[in-house]
Amino acid sequence: MVKQERLPPVAELCVATMVLVVIGGTYIAAHVPREVPLALPTVLVVAAFALMAVNVGLFARVKEFAWGTFWLVFTRSLAGYGVISGLLVYVFVRGDIPGDVMGFLAASLVVYAIDIPLLLGFSVARYQAAGPERG
Amino acid sequence: MVGQAQALGVAAPPQRVAVPEFEIVPVRAIPLVGVVVVGLIAAIESERLWPLEFFHIVGGGMWTGIDLFVGFIIGPIMPRLSVQARIEFMTRFMPKMLLLMPTLVAMTLVSGWQLANFTGDIAVAYPDHWWLTASYIVVGVMSVVAIGILEPANLAVLFELKKPAPDGELIGRLMRRFVYTAGITGLMQVATLVIMTRIATW
Repeated sequence: MVKQERLPPVAELCVATMVLVVIGGTYIAAHVPREVPLALPTVLVVAAFALMAVNVGLFARVKEFAWGTFWLVFTRSLAGYGVISGLLVYVFVRGDIPGDVMGFLAASLVVYAIDIPLLLGFSVARYQAAGPERG
Repeated sequence: MVGQAQALGVAAPPQRVAVPEFEIVPVRAIPLVGVVVVGLIAAIESERLWPLEFFHIVGGGMWTGIDLFVGFIIGPIMPRLSVQARIEFMTRFMPKMLLLMPTLVAMTLVSGWQLANFTGDIAVAYPDHWWLTASYIVVGVMSVVAIGILEPANLAVLFELKKPAPDGELIGRLMRRFVYTAGITGLMQVATLVIMTRIATW
């Protein structure tokens, strides 16, 4: 098993990213169908992307890790959460959400669809024996 | 609460246990998920009240019921079971939950949004709109707890149980998360029941 103390706080950063996305989504949903002030969603979505980028950057520097298991879980859950995100985009588009607001929702769902598989893959692989593959 | 859980043996010492054969994701059930997704899209495209109500109420009722049952019945029972019984239960229960819960959540949220558009509830003015906003907040908190804490722990437990010599201490630690987070989502579902029955009767 990989030494836990050497791992970056990937799970914690994933949950923090998820919290930003959830706050942004809730804020937008609370305003629809009225006009949505986009200042706060902009800050939240940019912060979520930045946090995810930092997280991926820290994680990519880890050498000793069960990368095979990580990619197995990541790709499977990416497919699952991709379907869920796709369904949500579909229903928002059908609900006549304005284009600019739709852009923020779609960006949030992209973060969501990558962040969760990253969290699941990391959470499983951290307890598995380290392997050489990086995917 | 932590002390009580420890006294009940959640963090049991590592011991040799027999792990039954199991699939982490029950592949045979995936076509059923596909049927639900196709049915959901058909319901939305039909632009009729009954199919939307069907998907929202059936999905939401099952989601709420399962969360309450797991949070308040299964959760407290788990620490009282022997390690062997817990493993037998987990290897049969958790893989099913991995497919069932995301399907129910997607079914409920997607049909619920469309239903609110269809009935015009989504356009209701504040202060009544606070009931809708409260439901978004409850769902948001539940999704962070369930997806951010509960699901990673469940998956990690299942992968650990696939090892030739599973680490009992690690499983015990991860299962504690299951017990507490199931309780939290159960409580949040009580709030969902209050909000949804209010919205349905305004």
